[in-house]
Amino acid sequence: MARAVSTQRKWTVTIAAWLVALLIFFPILWTILTAFKSEGEAIAFPPHLIPTWTLENFFEVQSRSDYFRHFFNSVVISVGSTLLCLLVAVPAAWSMAFSPTKRTKDILMWMLSTKMMPAVGVLVPIYLIFKSLNLLDNLFGLTVILALIDLPIVIWMLYTYFKEIPVDILEACRMDGAVLWKEIVYVLLPMAVPGIASTMLLNIILAWNEAFWTLNLTAANAAPLTAFIASYSSPEGLFWAKLSAASTLAIAPILLLGWFSQRQLVRGLTFGAVK
Amino acid sequence: MGSIALENVTKSFGNHTVIPPINLEIEDGSFVVFVGPSGCGKSTLLRLIAGLEDTTTGVIKLDGVDMTDSIPAKRQLSMVFQSYALYPHMTVFNNIAFPLKMANVDKATIDQKVRDAARVLNLTDYLERRPRALSGGQRQRVAIGRAIVRQPKAFLFDEPLSNLDAALRVNMRLEISELHQQLKTTMIYVTHDQVEAMTMADKIVVLNAGHIEHYGTPMELYRTPANRFVAGFIGSPKMNFIDGADAAKFGANSIGVRPEHFRVSRTEGTWQGRVQVAEHLGSDTFMYVNVDGLGLMTVRAEGEEVINPGDTVYLSPDPARVYRFDKAGVSIPTN
Repeated sequence: MARAVSTQRKWTVTIAAWLVALLIFFPILWTILTAFKSEGEAIAFPPHLIPTWTLENFFEVQSRSDYFRHFFNSVVISVGSTLLCLLVAVPAAWSMAFSPTKRTKDILMWMLSTKMMPAVGVLVPIYLIFKSLNLLDNLFGLTVILALIDLPIVIWMLYTYFKEIPVDILEACRMDGAVLWKEIVYVLLPMAVPGIASTMLLNIILAWNEAFWTLNLTAANAAPLTAFIASYSSPEGLFWAKLSAASTLAIAPILLLGWFSQRQLVRGLTFGAVK
Repeated sequence: MGSIALENVTKSFGNHTVIPPINLEIEDGSFVVFVGPSGCGKSTLLRLIAGLEDTTTGVIKLDGVDMTDSIPAKRQLSMVFQSYALYPHMTVFNNIAFPLKMANVDKATIDQKVRDAARVLNLTDYLERRPRALSGGQRQRVAIGRAIVRQPKAFLFDEPLSNLDAALRVNMRLEISELHQQLKTTMIYVTHDQVEAMTMADKIVVLNAGHIEHYGTPMELYRTPANRFVAGFIGSPKMNFIDGADAAKFGANSIGVRPEHFRVSRTEGTWQGRVQVAEHLGSDTFMYVNVDGLGLMTVRAEGEEVINPGDTVYLSPDPARVYRFDKAGVSIPTN
């Protein structure tokens, strides 16, 4: 009897989980399906679930706005900002995790609090700074700003991972004759590889999807895929099928990256949650 | 060479002084054990010598050279940690080779030295394994291998056997003692276990609240403890203490009698008591005797002695082995 109830409960939970997953995934699925429809089919009512499978929208999108250039910009900005972020965040997190002061927690909280500020609040000063430094519509400028924006989260994540590394091991390393940089390169980083990998993945995804700064600080040269999608929303009206094709092309790389690294990502996000 | 000298060394964390001014000379090649209760500052003292903690004041000299401000890497000391502190991402070979790599030793020499150390420590078959695939004893041997391979000036052991089970602890104790006899390198060993201290040390430093209570050979500490604290800490089972009128008869404020220094009789003796618990270990019998007016006394008797709980016994201290202490707990010398 107890086993029957348990099996029934398991089925209910499984079905509920699938329904919720489908509900969350549905907009993405619908976008992908619409990308393969003609414009007429895309706005038809009642909607057609199965498209006629045309690739016309993809060809038109590519010929109109050069997908690969935007893709290249997105890769440069997301990977570049992540590497730049790690360059600053690894020593910062090391210092906070292993040489904390009385104010370390306060500094960490302060860094996190900057994430709570609406980005639009600093748009004008940053825009003006970028303008005067000639960094508007510039890949380097965008890489730096995205690195700075995600720096608090990256430091927090690395700090959490580093706190899990026993101090004894680092002390043993010092006793074995390692100076600071050798301690970080030979012991700390290899031991923190899973954490650093999750942090990198998350930061690449965040930077890839970032739309506020990429739309406001770029025009044509440095425009990444977010700007590519936005260019299909025009005052003359929406071309749903083309917009969907553009969106599908924009999200496909990051969706694939997320899919293949989901185990690493989940581990990263829940790391340290339980002992 | 590996002599170590501490001159007026102190350590404070904020307003809290953990180590009040300490002076200590450790001779080259000796095996010195720091022993004391939890929180007495023994590990802090070891970490000060290692350079893992900065001294608040004072000077630490290694072979006569002031190393107070040197980083651990420059002190040429090796340390074995309680938690083993092996590098989990490296094989046993690479763990042992790590200090040599840091010293930029060439590959052929590293290979030779690691294999020599592995042979001494019976680790040859495990060189390609990761630490997680080893038992506790093997891990501790890898930690020791990592320490011996670069021939340091001195070895520092921070409670290295605490994580091992009782049987393994005895084996490792022997191995470390043998290692000391082979290498003849200075060793400083921190433990809270006075049996480890007594069995391994050339000299013991008994610490209490950061103070050195006594520094001497194990038998000096056993025979002529500096004070009541040392007398109570050294020896197993612990010394029995008697205060008041019974102590005054010996011309002291309090006296101490070790469990093995009582004469036990069924018919007559100084103090009468009732056996509360009797532990028969075969080689010895430990009795916990409730003596009227004195409380519970621990007594060590012959293993063959037939004694049962509830029995009445008479205890008489061996007059030549009664330890006398003044009001401050300092030993009163025997005339």
